[in-house]
Parts: sequence; structure tokens; C-alpha cells
Amino acid sequence: MDSVYAALVEIVGQDYVSTRTEELFTYSKDLGTSEPQWPDYVAAPATAEEVSRIVQMANEKNVAVVPLGGGLSLAGLALPLKGGIELDLKRMNQILELNEKGRYVVVEAGTSHGKLTAHLHKHAPHLMHSEPGAPPAATIGGNLAIHGQGDLGHPYGFNSDMVSGMEVVLPTGEVCRFGSCALGNSWYTLHPLPDVSMFMGWSGSTGIITKVSLRLFPCKKIQEQDAFVVEDEELVPDILYELTHVGMAEDMMVVSQEIPPPFNRLHYILINISGDSRKELEFKRQLMFDDRLSKYIQDGTGGIGAGGQEVPRPVVSKTSDWRKGGGFEYVGAIMPVTTYPECYKSGVEISGRHGIPYTTLGRVLGSGHSMMFSWTFAFNRADEETVRHARQALHETDEKVLELGGTLWKPAVFGQKLLMDRMDDGTLQMMQKVKHMLDPNGIMNPGNWEVA
Amino acid sequence: MALTQYKYMDIIHRCFRCGYCKFPLDWEDVDNCPSYARHRLESYSNGGRLWLIRAWITGEIPWSEHLADIVYSCVACKNCEEKCPLSFSDDIINMVTAARNLMVDQGLVPPAAKKYLENVQLHGNPWGLGAKKRDQWMADLSLEPYRDQEFLYFVGSEGAYDSRAQSAARALAGVLQKAGVSFGVLGNTETDDGNEAELLGEDGLVEVLAEKNIARFAEHGVKKIITLSPHAYNALKNIYPRHGGEFAVYHYTQVLADLVRAGKLAAPKLAPVKITYHDPCFLGRWNNEYKAPRKVLQSIGGVQLLEMGRNRKSAFCCGGGSGNYYMDLLGGSADSPARIRVRQASATGADVLAVACPNCLSMLEDAVKVEGLESKLMVKDISEIMYGTE
Amino acid sequence: MFELQFDESKCHACVTRDCLTRCQYMDLDAQAAGIEMEKIISGQDSRVLHECRTCYACEEYCPTGNHPFYLIVKRQEELGITPLPDPIIRQGIQVGVPFRGDPEITEINGPVLNMGVFSPLARLAQGKLFEDLTRISTDSRKMHHFFCQLMYLHFARTSVINQRLPGVIETISAYKPTEVVHFHDECYGTYTSYAPAFGIEVPFRSIHLFEHLYNRLTELREEIRPVNYKVAYQRPCSSRLSPDAHAYVDKIFDLIGAEHVSRRYVDENALCCGSTIVSQKQEGSRRFCLELQEENIEDMKQAGAELCIFNCPACMQTMGKQVAENGIMPIWMSDLCRMAIGETPA
Repeated sequence: MDSVYAALVEIVGQDYVSTRTEELFTYSKDLGTSEPQWPDYVAAPATAEEVSRIVQMANEKNVAVVPLGGGLSLAGLALPLKGGIELDLKRMNQILELNEKGRYVVVEAGTSHGKLTAHLHKHAPHLMHSEPGAPPAATIGGNLAIHGQGDLGHPYGFNSDMVSGMEVVLPTGEVCRFGSCALGNSWYTLHPLPDVSMFMGWSGSTGIITKVSLRLFPCKKIQEQDAFVVEDEELVPDILYELTHVGMAEDMMVVSQEIPPPFNRLHYILINISGDSRKELEFKRQLMFDDRLSKYIQDGTGGIGAGGQEVPRPVVSKTSDWRKGGGFEYVGAIMPVTTYPECYKSGVEISGRHGIPYTTLGRVLGSGHSMMFSWTFAFNRADEETVRHARQALHETDEKVLELGGTLWKPAVFGQKLLMDRMDDGTLQMMQKVKHMLDPNGIMNPGNWEVA
Repeated sequence: MALTQYKYMDIIHRCFRCGYCKFPLDWEDVDNCPSYARHRLESYSNGGRLWLIRAWITGEIPWSEHLADIVYSCVACKNCEEKCPLSFSDDIINMVTAARNLMVDQGLVPPAAKKYLENVQLHGNPWGLGAKKRDQWMADLSLEPYRDQEFLYFVGSEGAYDSRAQSAARALAGVLQKAGVSFGVLGNTETDDGNEAELLGEDGLVEVLAEKNIARFAEHGVKKIITLSPHAYNALKNIYPRHGGEFAVYHYTQVLADLVRAGKLAAPKLAPVKITYHDPCFLGRWNNEYKAPRKVLQSIGGVQLLEMGRNRKSAFCCGGGSGNYYMDLLGGSADSPARIRVRQASATGADVLAVACPNCLSMLEDAVKVEGLESKLMVKDISEIMYGTE
Repeated sequence: MFELQFDESKCHACVTRDCLTRCQYMDLDAQAAGIEMEKIISGQDSRVLHECRTCYACEEYCPTGNHPFYLIVKRQEELGITPLPDPIIRQGIQVGVPFRGDPEITEINGPVLNMGVFSPLARLAQGKLFEDLTRISTDSRKMHHFFCQLMYLHFARTSVINQRLPGVIETISAYKPTEVVHFHDECYGTYTSYAPAFGIEVPFRSIHLFEHLYNRLTELREEIRPVNYKVAYQRPCSSRLSPDAHAYVDKIFDLIGAEHVSRRYVDENALCCGSTIVSQKQEGSRRFCLELQEENIEDMKQAGAELCIFNCPACMQTMGKQVAENGIMPIWMSDLCRMAIGETPA
């Protein structure tokens, strides 16, 4: 018997290891436009200790290890580019501690965002975490491995800014903790040392996140969404500046899309607000609409498009059915808010050239310190020509992002290379050193963030 | 039938594999798909399954025994259809069944499924027991053969042959007699309902079974049928009309709920007991009947009805659907669906796990034993509780 | 293109100027109203064009049926004095663009229920009250083909209505209906008031939903059990185009044993739900709308209403939640009627 397979069986049990075509096929596929990449093994560990043993064994056998959460990055970031062991972490799904007064929750990294939302709803309804726009099967660890962002992006920033502690299995198998938990204390803060921030955003190429303490935030009784609509994209940065000045919103996104028609060539600034009373909500609305935005309303350039709507749970999967084809992928970039008009225009232009109805979205991060801007390209999985167009549009958009002075968020390998081509030498060498120091055998999600 | 004749080729690629299909309605966890809960590998989620089916159809991967096992490990509980947000969600199970149609046609089904279908074909029941023994469950009961009574009591294969389910079949007969319901049975002339045969992809056999039963019903002028099993209920109600069957079909809990409401059936009075109810998929998600069984249980004196977190549309399946109570493709693990389900039931603090399905009854009772919960949790069919079966 | 048939002489001869003096949102005496109306007639700017809340009420107030509101809207468009910000107008205009294929049409040769642009609410039109009607516009993907377009009166865009309406009429006519019951007041107003005012031919007979409900309830009289609720009614703007049909509200309440509470903002004094006022350009519109809604609901409360009856989906969407938060249950008129005959509300 294959010695790697035997070792995996010994570590996680026969049921949770496979070298059969069906599992390898399944894990060779990403949901986006990436070409399939076949693993040699699939394993689903249940504990950090099992992960550690697998990684140690992989070093001995010189086999790549690719950690996988919900598998929803769409950018092929958990595809085994160089074969090896695909590590499905979703069995690591225990919610270990909910500290209400300290406003944090400790979870195993394979816990889904949906599960945590349900858990809080049941056990601490006055608390919430930042749920990404991804389907609820997205895992907390996977989301942090790509520097996720979610519905509390304004004013709290990236999801990776909302971490109070972390456990990581290093590429050489050691289990490390970061933050107060490293001292044997409770998991209430990530800072100061030993926070080294070398794991979030690295797509699992520097280690495998196994436990996370996430910050929780007040969840008020009433959650509503208002929409402010403008036709002129040039106004969007100014309006966001006004809104972030008062800081009354929990989430702000600017959406424009060709289909359905009401969204075409218009910019919907979706503003999520919450309150424990109508009075609180109205106070917030007065500050936003009556004080800061009334000038746009009165001169007719901006208007309240909707008010007091229920906050919809994102059903991003529906995007995949726009072309009745089961697929979409997007370029996500972290952009200065001032670039909104150019971002939007490039989306219209690139999409149009590839025969794809345009869809753009910008989510404000922090107090307008940046925005996550996405250009979405739907395709029909059964029609290779549409997949090719989407792939090409993604590449062109990656290049456009850099041209506009932005940086790519969770880039696929193509985008990673674009970034590294432009990175200053000192930084590039530092990245190389970090990777080499942590992962001397180069087994962790190889092919990602590889300095040439 | 060639692979290119796969019926859902125009939509199967539309599954995005986003994973909604694994959740219950309240998002509690990604483990409400029985086969995924058992195996925890993406290939066993319904998204993974649909992608594999498509890859097989398009020639991207070859058929294998393992592929057949994956395709047949879906227990057709419909949790995925409840949760999938896309417009083709009503066809998810159909897409799996259509792949099974092809496998049946090409002789590529798992051995256990093959045996199941053979037994039903040759003997009219999944266990391959003699057709002549079908009426032994009622040997010591004085039940009338169906002539022109108001109802036909359709017992189904499980009630007729499975030793645990026979108790429920007998209890139901007793309850109906007690309530003065005019009913008769077909005895040895009844045959398997064909519900599982349909789900296992053997359309030809379904046709034979349906026509045989329908002919028998017609011969006797049957107009109203009570079924013990929700699987039979589903077949008679939703499959038989395609084969010309025209009659009113009731699951027995619906009849009992009406009898109780009309004051024709006095529910027993029990010493205080906590009961939790497990929704069978073919009564709940398949036929949207969640109220009647609960009404019956609530009519019983001394009963405190406790709900499991996963109930009604979010109920977690026992793992026995689509012939798996016989084939057992999801067994052999602490994560076998029935074992998970009895742990969920036990967590409510209930003394009794009530079911309304003979498949669930035997699946869950076996799981209680394996989990070592016999002293804490009894599994009983509602018919047994109503009849007072110890 | 179609032209508004407006008789200036009637207006010149008017003494009361009810159209503007009775306006609930502008304070004008008869003399000032006369001056402003003359400006509007002659195509000049007028404060009315800027201050109009587009509640449609002047259509009902006009004693001669001379369509002052349609004229105001027409002038607003001609002079570029729009009540709403430009992006809201563009959004609104784009809402009505069909984009998911054409409806499949089969000839019905019988009475139909036109769901208009509210196909998702088809669940409201079920049970005995609707059993003789064939529903059209039941597919939400295709419902914009049935959109009567009258909403654009709020948007100063009679041009859009006039451009699109003939096609909508053609679509409905293709079903060969013997008569068309309109689910929404707005559709009824379109085909019985707006279209004739602009000389747009409508080849089918329209029936207001309330007339239909009243007739069916009369037929089912023996099955009615009085609902015994004290009810308020939120009268929608488009009801101003069919005051004759509004009379059925009280007649229905009589039949089903609902007590229509006596309050200030009822019938001709009804207040607008505010669904477009909230977005208007006039300074303080959002706050004004909120206060308007509060005053309206407080009036219902003071009158002892237990239920607030809605017929317009826009009113329901705008005020339903707020009404409920104030302890008054929002309910559709069709549901209330169904309750009276022992059916379960949708």
C-alpha cells in the first residue's frame, strides 16, 4: 500500500481518506474558472493534532499539503497545483467557547459562518460576527486565510482585523498559538506579541489555521437596509465620505449591474443600519440623509431609493445561475474609495467586450480607508467559450486593478504574479524568507505566493 | 439507454456546489445531508454528487463501483431541495434518480441495490421472502379481507415482513378496529408499493408493481386507502396516478388525527411521558404533512411533546430512504444518520422517540441499541403508542 | 402621440378651484389657486409644479372631471420640474423594462383577473371569491409586460406612460378577455381614467377589484360570518382616479360586518402613504413623509382601529410594518373578505 495513504489512514481513519477517482475529481475542481488540479490524496482530519501529524508526515515524504475550508474562494486558491494531499478541514467544526461579556467566540477553523450565525442567534442573540458575502458554508478559517471581509466591514475593517487569537499548525507541524491564548490565558486579544500576522491572507501557504477567536459585536434588535441612488459615478466617493463621517452604518456597499434593468447604469449605495429602537434608527437616518445627503437630494443628483428594507441574507450562489450555467468568478481588489468611478467604468467596458452583463460592487472597509471592489463575471460551465471569456475578463481586470493603483484581494496565481512583479525587492525577499523559514520543504499549498 | 440520453443534461451543470444543500433551515451546521454527514467528503454532498454524475455522463470520469455507491448513497430525503436557492432545486433528486435510471439500464448498480430490485421483482418485497408469507403479520388478528369497506389498509412490504414494523402494522389495525373504521386488507395479493424502486431508478419495475396493485384495487373497487408507510403513501399518491391509479390516499396519522378530532377515537391516557417526534421524509418534505402526527401525539394524555432542533422541514433523515434501510450504504459509523438522529432525540430529554414510518422505526431502534440508549429512549411508532403496545 | 384632452374653458370658469384649495399639502386660497392654475395651463412655471406631492387627489377634487393632475404632471415634464431626483426617475423608468422574454398568451374568452405587475401576490387572489376568474400575469419574470405604467405620474413622465401603454393594452387584449378585473387600483385607473383622458383606446371592459369582491360576496351572502373588526382603510393615490369604485369600500365593510372607524383622514381626506414623498427633492421630504405617516397612523389608533386594510401593494410595503408596530394589524382587503366567508388569509 502507498505509504502516504497508509499514514493518512492511520492518522484520520479509513473513512476520511481517499485516493479514489471520485474524490480526487471532486477536489480537483474549483467553482470558478480555474483549470482542474488533481490531488493525489484527500483527507479530512478532525483535530489540530491530526493536522500536525499529517503535516509532519508530509514533510517526511515530501508531499504537498493544501488546506481547504468551504472551497468557495472561486480563485482556485485551495486547488492542489502540485498534487499532494488535499486537506478538507470541515470536520473541525466545534464552537469551543462563547464569551459574551468579553465579546469573543473561539471556534475550530472549519466551522462554517452559517453555523456560527445560527449559534449566536440561539445562544447570544445580542451579539454578531462579520459574515462574509460568501455562501454560509464558507468556513471561518478559510475566510481568514484570504483576509476575508464581511457585513461589518464598516467600521471594523477586514474580518482578519476582527481576530482575538489564533492557533496555527506550522508547515513543519508545530502547533502555535498567537495572542493572549499563547500565555494560557483566555482568547481575548491577538495583540501585542506574539502576534506575527503571517498567516492571514497567505492562502494557507504559511501554515494551517486550526482555531480562531473571533470578535463579536453588538447585534441590535432591528436591522434595516436603506438605499441611496445616484446616476453619476463621480459622486460616489464624496457620498461615501459624508456617510463614513457620521459612521452610523454597519455595512455600506455600492452596487451597479446591468441586469435587472433597475440597477443598470445606476449606483445603489446600500446602507445597513441597526438600532434597538425606532428612535435610534431615526436618529441615524437624520444624520445620514437629512444632514449629510440632503444637498444631493435637493439638487436632484441623488435620492433615497429604498428605506427600511429587510436586510437580505446574501444569496451569492444565485449569481452562478445568471447565465443558467452554474458559474461565476470575480476579481476582488482593495481599492482607494476615490477610484470608484474608474473601477465602475472599467467593469462596464471589460464586461461589454466579453459579452457578459456587467456587475460591480464596492464595499466600504473601515471609515472609508479602502473598499473591496469586485467585478463579477458569470459563465456557463457547460459552454467552454463563456468560461474562456470570463477567464480572460478576470485577467484583464487584474491588470486594470494595478493600473488604477489598487491591489488584488485573494488573487489567483495569475494575479499573485502580477503583484509580485511590481513588489519592491526588499518586500519580495522578505516574503521569500518567511516562506522558506516556515516551510523549508515547500510543501504548504505550493504554487501560491511563490517568489520567482 | 445511452449516457447522452440523460434527461437533465440541460440543467445538471447549473449546480454551483455552494453547499446550501447541506444545511437545515436554521443553518445550524453543514450536516443535514445524510450521506455528507456520514462521509464528510465533498463527493458525498449532493453538489459533489451532481458534479460526479455530470462528469460520468460527459466521459470525464469512468463508471466505477465507488461512483455507483456515491450515486446510490443519496437517501432522497429532499433536504437539499428545501435549502437550494436556485430555480432548478425541485429537480435535484430527479437528477440523481435519472442517473440511477442509466445505471440500472446498463447493469451498473451497486450489488445491494441490484439485490433489492431483484427481490422486489421476484418476490414483491426487498428481503426476498416468500410472497405467500406476506399475510403472516396478521395471522393472529381477525382482519377482514377487503370487499367493499370504506378503506383499504395498505400495509406495505415493511409492515408485512419486517419483524419490528409488523408490530406497528398490527397496532394500527387494532387502533382502526377500536375506532370502528370500516376497512379491509389485501393479504397476499398486495405487493410492494414501488416507491423505492422508483428512487433506485428501475422504472420498468415501478410500472409493473403499480399496475399490479392498481389492478387489484380496481378489482375490488377501492376508493380510499390508508397506508402504514409514508413511502407507500408517496407512491400511491404521487406515482400511481401516472399509471392510471385514481383513489384517495391517506397516511394513517391523517386518519387518526381526523378520528380524534371527530371524537371517534379516544386517545389513551399515559403516565407522564416525554415524547419527541421524528418527521419521516416521505410524510414531511415529500408530502408536506407535519401537523397530523403531532396532533395525534398531542391528543394522548400525559404526553409532553418535545421538539428536536431539527424538525419539520429541517428534520434530519434516519438514513433509510431510497432503499437504504435495506442496502445500508450509510451504516457502520458513529456518524451513520440513524445514530446521529437518536443522539439528537436523546438530547431533548425525551423518553420516547415517536415515528410514523416503519423504515424509520427499524432504523432508529437499531441505532438506539448501537448507541447504548435502550434504557433511556424507546422508539415507538405512533400507531403503537395509540394502541398501547408495550 | 397622445394628447391630454384638457378643457381650459372649464378651468377658467371654475370658481371654487377645489383642485388646489382642497390640496392637503399646499395652502392656497381660491384666488392664489386660480393664478397658479392659469400659469400651469399656459405652460409657465408655478410653485404648484415644485410643491406637488403627487397624491392624485386633485383628480378627485376637480368638480368638472378636467384632469388637473394629469396636466400638472405633463407640465412638470415639459418644464423639467421633476418632483423626484434624476436617479430615482431613471430607476423607476427602468423598473418597467421587460427583460425575461415574452409572456405565453392563450385566448381566454372569459373574465380575467389582471395581476398587473404584482404576480408574486397571486396568492392573494384565491378561494371562492376568485374562482370564476382566469388570472393573467402570473409569472413574475414576465409581469412587466402587464405593468400599467401609471406609476410614472409620480415621476413627471406622462411621455413614458404614453409610449408604453398601448403595448400593454395590446398584451392584455390578446387574451380576448370578456372583462378584466384589475387586482390593483392603479391598473383600473389607467384604463378607465388616464387612457380616455389621453385618447388611448382600451378595447376591454375594466372592473375594479372592489366591485368584483362586492358582487361575489353578495352571491356568497349566506356564507358570510361578520368579522366584527374595527377597521381603518389606507386609501391609495390611484383610488382618486376612480372615486366611484371607492364607494365599494364601505359597501364591502357593511356586507362582512366590519366597522369602518370614523376618523379624520378618510375618503376624500385620506393621506398618502408616502411611498414616493420620502424620496422627493423638496427640502425635508423624508422627515415630512415620516410625520405624515405618524399622523395617519395616530389617527387610526385614536379612532380605535384594530385592522388597517390595504389594497395597494405600495401602500402595504410603505406602511404595513409601521402600522403593525403600532398595534394595528395590516391586512389585505381580499384577505379580509376571504376571512368573512371562512377562508384562511393568504
